[in-house]
Order: sequence, then C-alpha cells, then structure tokens
Amino acid sequence: MISIPWTARIALRALKVNKMRSALTMLGIIIGVGAVIAMLAVGTGASRRIAEQMATMGSNLLIILPGSQTSGGVRMGFGSQTTLTLGDAEAIQRECRAVQDVAPIHNGTAQIIYGNLNWSTGVLGTTGGMNSVRDWPVGSGRPITDEDVRSATKVALLGQTVVDNLFGGIDPLDQIVRIKKIPFKVIGVMAVKGQSVMGQDQDDTVFVPVTTAQKKLFGTNFPGMIRQIMVKAKSAQDLDPAEKQVAELLRQRHHLGAKKDDDFSVRNLTQMMQAAEEQTKVMTLLLGAIASVSLLVGGIGIMNIMLVSVTERTREIGIRMAIGAKTWDIRLQFIMEAIILSLIGGIVGLIVGVTGSQVLSVVAGWPTVVSPFSAVLAFAFSGIVGIFFGFYPAYKASLLNPIDALRYE
Amino acid sequence: MRLIEAREISKIYPLGEIELKALDSVSVTIEEGEFLAIMGPSGSGKSTFMNIVGCLDIPTAGQYLLENVDAGGLSRDELAHIRNQKIGFVFQGFNLLARTSALENVELPMLYNGVAAKERKRKALAALKTVGLEGRENHNPNQLSGGQQQRVAIARAIVNRAPIILADEPTGNLDTHTSGEIMELFQKLNNDAGITVLLVTHESDIAAYSRRVIRFLDGRLVSDEKKQ
Repeated sequence: MISIPWTARIALRALKVNKMRSALTMLGIIIGVGAVIAMLAVGTGASRRIAEQMATMGSNLLIILPGSQTSGGVRMGFGSQTTLTLGDAEAIQRECRAVQDVAPIHNGTAQIIYGNLNWSTGVLGTTGGMNSVRDWPVGSGRPITDEDVRSATKVALLGQTVVDNLFGGIDPLDQIVRIKKIPFKVIGVMAVKGQSVMGQDQDDTVFVPVTTAQKKLFGTNFPGMIRQIMVKAKSAQDLDPAEKQVAELLRQRHHLGAKKDDDFSVRNLTQMMQAAEEQTKVMTLLLGAIASVSLLVGGIGIMNIMLVSVTERTREIGIRMAIGAKTWDIRLQFIMEAIILSLIGGIVGLIVGVTGSQVLSVVAGWPTVVSPFSAVLAFAFSGIVGIFFGFYPAYKASLLNPIDALRYE
Repeated sequence: MRLIEAREISKIYPLGEIELKALDSVSVTIEEGEFLAIMGPSGSGKSTFMNIVGCLDIPTAGQYLLENVDAGGLSRDELAHIRNQKIGFVFQGFNLLARTSALENVELPMLYNGVAAKERKRKALAALKTVGLEGRENHNPNQLSGGQQQRVAIARAIVNRAPIILADEPTGNLDTHTSGEIMELFQKLNNDAGITVLLVTHESDIAAYSRRVIRFLDGRLVSDEKKQ
C-alpha cells in the first residue's frame, strides 16, 4: 500500500545519493523562482512608491484647468482658453460647501539670482491656501498671507533645493533674491517634500503671492487671469460633490448656457493617481509573467533531467520492482523526487530572489518590496511545476518491464 | 505442502511468422523445504522458468500456482505484492543499490511493505547477522567484497521472511572459496530456516550442494533427479 510519507522518504534517499545531479536539476527552478520574486518585488516597490508619492501630493484634490477637452470639435491645449480668474477661485472658496480650501495658481519658469549664483526654477504665484491644499507646510519663516496677496508684495518662499543651490549653508531668511531681475525678500523655506509622482523634484520651486506673479512676473492676458486652481475637498466623500459644485459655479460665473460645453476642466487628481497605480500593477503582472517563463523553463529542465535519470536508473527500478514496488510506488517516488527538487529549489530561489531585490535596490536605486503573497505564489507555483513536469518521467518509469530493466546495462 | 506447482507451462514469443517457444509444456512440483538446482545450456529456458516462478512474468499457456494460488489471474501490482512477501531474489550481479548502505539495502523490501522504522532496522540487522555481516551494516557496496555484497543481497532476500529464495547464478562473479561460503550459507538457510532454495547454475560443483537437479533443454524439462 503506497503512502506519502514512506514514498517521500524513499525519494529523499534517492536524491541524496546523487547530490550533484539533484543540485543541477534544481538550478532552473531556483533561477525561475528568484526571477519571479525579484520582478514582482520591483513592480510592488514601484506601486508602493507611487502610493507614497500620491500621499505627498495631498489628498482629495481637484485640479481645475482652463479650456476643455474639445472646443467646437477641435481639441485645444490646456491654458489656451482665457477663462479662469482669481475671482473664480475666491468664489469657489466662498460658495462651494464641499470644498475645504482653494489655491489659485499662476505659474511659469524664471531665473532666480542670489549674489553671483543663479538658478532656473519653477515659480508659482499662489495664496496661503497652498499650504493646506497640498498638505505642505512652511519649514522655517512664514507663509504667504492675505495681506501679501492684497498688496502684491514682493516676497518669496523657497523650496529646499533652490536654497541648497543658491545659498549653500547660509540662512536664506530675509535675504534678497532677484526673480526676473526684480528683487524679492525671502520670507521662508518650504518643508521638504521629495519627488512627485511624475518624477519631478518638488523642492525645486519658489512660491510668490499670486497677484505679484500676475503683475510683476508673468503678466495676464486678461484681468485676473490665473493658470490653474487647486481645490481640496473636505473629505473623500466630499470629493464628488465638490467636483459638481465647482463645475456648476464656474458655469454660472462664465455665463455658460445649458447647451454650451464647459470652458474649463475639472480633474480629480486622486483618480489620476489611481490610474497611475493601476498601470504599475499591470506592469508588475507583466514582469511577473515574463519571469514565470523562466520558471516554466526550469520545470522543463526538471523533466529532462528526470527522464535521463529514469534511463540511468533503469536497473535500480527493476530491482525495486522485483523486490515488491508496485506501479504507483515507482510513480509516486519519481513524482516526489520532482516535487522535493522543486520545493527545495523554490526555497533557495526565494532566498536568491529576496537577495536579488536588495541588490537591485542598492545598485539600481529602484524601490523593491517583497510581499509575502508573491513569495507564497512563487513557492506554490514551483510545487505545481514539480508535480506537472515530474509526472511524465514517473509514468515512464512505472511502465518498465522488470525483467528487461534488470538486464539493462 | 506443494509450494510451487507448474502445470504444462509454456512461454511463447511471436516473431513475425515463427513462434519462439521459450518454454514448452513444462510441469514440475516443488515442495516446501527443497533445495533445487536448475541446469541447462544458454537459451534452454531456465531463466524464463525462473521468471515465471518468481512472478516476474506470466505463462502464455498452462498454470503456475504458488501456495495454491494461480498467478495467472493476478494483476501487476498483486504480483509485486507476492514477490515482496514470498520471493527472495539473489542475482549474479548482486543488484544492490549503489551509494546506499548495506542496512538500507536490506531494509528496501520492508519499505514497500509499510514496516515502521524501528522494526525495519531491527529486522535488517538480524538478517545481516544471520548471513554473517554483523558490523558492516553502514558500509556501501563499493566498500564490500563480492562475497560480502552477495551476503547483503541474501539478507535482503530473507528479511521479509519469504519462503522461497530464487538465485540466478549467485556464485558466477565469485572466486571458488567465496562461492563455497555462499553455497554453505544457502544450505544453512535451507536446513535451519526451512527456506526453499531454487538455484540456476552452469556448474556441477555448485549444483552438488543441492538435493535435486532439474535440467532444461530447448524449452523442455528433460530430467529431474533427486539425490539419495
């Protein structure tokens, strides 16, 4: 009567007899499992990184841009329509109940000079609302105030990267920098934010009051023009209502009749980030699938070695049969040998994969995260590969005629 | 008790238009406790006969009864079980598992019979002691002489208390002195433990250890002589 523990014992003994052959057979599985785990780790790491960066963008965000997807059937680029104004932003803040904070933005690039050093960077004209909308506090100094906006004062908040490049070790507070040749007083340094989802350095920015940007830096094509509005909803549940309220308000303010298209577009930033996250997940699956091919190859390797092994051990199989091994005793022995090889290969592959992920992290700088799920998956897959690819050789072995097998040279 | 009964056993291999009759209507009865030598030139059918007696093969015609059970109606796995319990094989080339200790080699039949580890070891050690190899249980075949390897094979053959030993030219690879030792071991097992021994051999001096000699020629049993 066959039993699993007995057969496992027989299989294990048989594998120990030729350790070198066993080790070489496992190599394919080891590489396969290692590759799958490392690839999944790269993908998961990228996902996590995006999630983290999503968090730094701030939550429950809407971004409102002038112009729409199509304007009279023709696609217009964003910012080319002349519609958003500072007044719009103020109205949204006042009247949309689902909205917590609003940050109007009027931005562009400019050269900023301190002493004999210059640095080209993005300059954002905005209000104090920016700090709460982006969850981005001031690190030292003070934020932009309503008074600054009212008076269009020439003050600036610098991002840490700008400070590092222009000031070295000197404290920038109260210093004078020139933006587009106009002197600005530094009133503070922003807290460090890190990289954005798009891979840009968020600390490479300068904030000035929106009105100063309008009047002194970038000009306006029409009165009160701003380039975008960022809106923070009160909560995740308020996001959709906020989107509706903002759209309704702007249509009213822009005197758009029922038949006219929006001359602005409201984008749910959170949705955009989620789309990006979905993409990375797909990428992860793709990477994993490609790596799985190598696991499959490893399985084929096991089958080939086992076929050779069965031939080499024909006499041994004959002896076992003569002594009383039944058809399934032999079959199960070889299947178990294949399973044991794949499982051990799976464990070693796991270690190789985890180590490989760490190496990738250090050498290539990619974030990698080995999730327990991927480890279990790879391991289970290797067991299945063992059973599947071990079956044919085992079947062949069990069909041998003991008399012929005993005579085999 | 009629241990082995062959009734008009034939083994026929079809080769195109001709039939090869490896065995032609062989009938013989073997009682418990006998010591039998099977002789005959190459191709005479003695190996084919041994394979059928050992339940490795089934006759094309006729009946083979082992302990009054007709082997012809049994499945491959049932025959395997009978071999495990009733037959001990000893081969000319020893046929031990390489890189495996003597102890593990002797334990092998018990692995296919579900015997627990402790009992396996005890029985295997006892069998090794019976054949005079006490102390060598951890040696691998390549660390043993020819005679010692054959003793391990014999220990393996008796470890499941099989009533029959089938030995196919067991001394073929051994020198004269060692051959004598092995034959004396067979005699001891036959006398003391009552094991029925069937021995295939070319050599008359080896056959002399037995008490009955049957001869094959061209697939037929041509003589059957009991010693007085």
